[in-house]
Amino acid sequence: MGRYVARRLLQLIPVFIGTTFLIYLLVWALPGDPFAGKCGERPCPESFVAVMREKFNMDDPLFIQYGKYLLNLLQGDFGETFSGTSVGTLISNAYPVTIRLALIALLFEALIGVIAGILTGLRGRGFMDNLVLVSTLFLIAIPTFVTGYLVQTVFGLQLGWIAPTVSGNASWGELLAPGFVLASVSMAYVARLTRTSIAENKRADFVRTAVAKGQPQHRVVGVHLLRNSAIPVVTFLGTDLGALMGGAIVTEGIFNINGIGGLVFRSIARQEGTTVTGVVVLLVIVYLVMNLLVDLLYAVLDPRIRYD
Amino acid sequence: MSTEGHPAEPPNESPLQDPAAPAVVQQGAEPLLAVSGLHVEFRTREGVARVLNGVRYHVDAGETLAVLGESGSGKSVTANTVMGILEMPPAAITAGEIRFRGEDLLTATASRRREVRGEGIAMIFQDALSALNPVFTVGFQIEEQLRQRRGMSRRDARKRAIELLDLVRIPNAKGRVRQFPHEFSGGMRQRAMIAMSLALDPEVLIADEPTTALDVTVQAQIMDLLAEIQRERNMGMVLITHDLGVVAEVADRIAVMYAGRIVEEADVHSIYRQPGHPYTRALMDSMPRLDQRGQELNTIKGLPPSLTAIPKGCPFHPRCPMAIDLCREKDPELLPIAEGRVSACHRSDELMRDE
Repeated sequence: MGRYVARRLLQLIPVFIGTTFLIYLLVWALPGDPFAGKCGERPCPESFVAVMREKFNMDDPLFIQYGKYLLNLLQGDFGETFSGTSVGTLISNAYPVTIRLALIALLFEALIGVIAGILTGLRGRGFMDNLVLVSTLFLIAIPTFVTGYLVQTVFGLQLGWIAPTVSGNASWGELLAPGFVLASVSMAYVARLTRTSIAENKRADFVRTAVAKGQPQHRVVGVHLLRNSAIPVVTFLGTDLGALMGGAIVTEGIFNINGIGGLVFRSIARQEGTTVTGVVVLLVIVYLVMNLLVDLLYAVLDPRIRYD
Repeated sequence: MSTEGHPAEPPNESPLQDPAAPAVVQQGAEPLLAVSGLHVEFRTREGVARVLNGVRYHVDAGETLAVLGESGSGKSVTANTVMGILEMPPAAITAGEIRFRGEDLLTATASRRREVRGEGIAMIFQDALSALNPVFTVGFQIEEQLRQRRGMSRRDARKRAIELLDLVRIPNAKGRVRQFPHEFSGGMRQRAMIAMSLALDPEVLIADEPTTALDVTVQAQIMDLLAEIQRERNMGMVLITHDLGVVAEVADRIAVMYAGRIVEEADVHSIYRQPGHPYTRALMDSMPRLDQRGQELNTIKGLPPSLTAIPKGCPFHPRCPMAIDLCREKDPELLPIAEGRVSACHRSDELMRDE
């Protein structure tokens, strides 16, 4: 196990260098002048552009630029935006909000999705099963921005149960509704995945054995059936958390949340190359680490899987 | 998940036999486990399959009953019904009784049935790899019964689990108790399964083709082990098999099943000497024999009947070399043919006189 983890961590290095270079290449290859409109109504003065080009090493060849960027990055310096704000500060302002939103969404997914899946998986055909199947199909079919605006309009503006937009400090309570919206599609997948997994395993021989041993029903289901059915569901949840950590441009946009998704979106629009590269580099690392954790969790849940 | 259940209707008289009468006259009172007039149907989209049609057998303490028959003859369904692990629906018990120490299990409450499972009647399944839970250690799966049912502490249960693994001769039981089923070889896994079934000291052990998934040398070891344990503990054992060689060695009595009914029951010596039913005889003839080396093996022509459309009369008549008109018309009753023997054949008298 230890050797496997070490190998996976070492694999992160080439992936890290490759992705950062690719992102750097893409961002700086963007067409258009990054200083257009930076100086109000008039074009920026030649002297200002010259200073900025010097400061951001824009006259160096691409590889030298990238090398300088990487060197700074390895020292923990994400660089600055054109207006002089530290990218590190931007990230540390936005990321806690994204993490809170991701955790709330994950909680909704896991709780509602798993419970709905267990109920329908155990009972089989019937009203409950149809209800969950239809409602999950509905959730999967509707894009997040529709769900988002619907929740915002109905619960925020008409009923007034929630604030239509989230305030600057984005507390846990304020993020409940956006979290639910963000979770909706994955929640439907979790429900269906759990339902299938339970329905498949409840006919398994080892469940029959547990009954034949005279184990009470709650142990047959709660211990023998659930533990086996949890394997694909937990894997899905782990991977999804990795995706949620990458921010949610649509949901953040609707509820005016200052998360990492919005930051990337704005930075791309404004051609803030340093910010885009910095954030995406961070997201790549988060995603890679999450994936590693999921793989390790998989081995914990299923003893038949061994990494040696 | 409905594994509990009661007959759809109150047990009515079986058309074939009086459900109360034991199949073979025996000394003493109530047998340890007695199945009588058991009817089970599978209600599927394709129609109703009559899987069991009045099965009856019994087993006493210290006795091994072998249930013999082709695939689909209802051997396992009978066992699953006795254990109460039949999936209902699609299955439905339409008539019959299962008496364990005189108590009818089919009318017992769900919690009473659960008590009997493991402690009164335990079962060994055919494929230990799928029957054991892949995500728990072998030790855990033995210990959970001891802790749940006997209220043992974690440490005592572990100790007992090691003793049980020792008992079924698993080497290094102390280390293996912590291993998962997939870390065991096929034979060792079946031994672990046996250890698990013995955890609550059952009085009846049902072994559903316990050696089918194993290679021949291991088969013999497992059968010897089962026979030894059965003798030592004076358990009643129901051995479900289609292996005639296994039967001859360990069984006391044999019940032959065909199309969901018992067609013959007798003690092992007399049935081998002189089968009392054409189906039994055909089974015996299909065994490879040393004195017929190089010859083609005898087979039973045709296929077992479809359980959704069991032929009128004797269900074996389309394949029976001795069939007469009567066999196409009337289903033979299971009647005594000799001391302690019953057979369901119109021409069993001729069979018994033969040779």
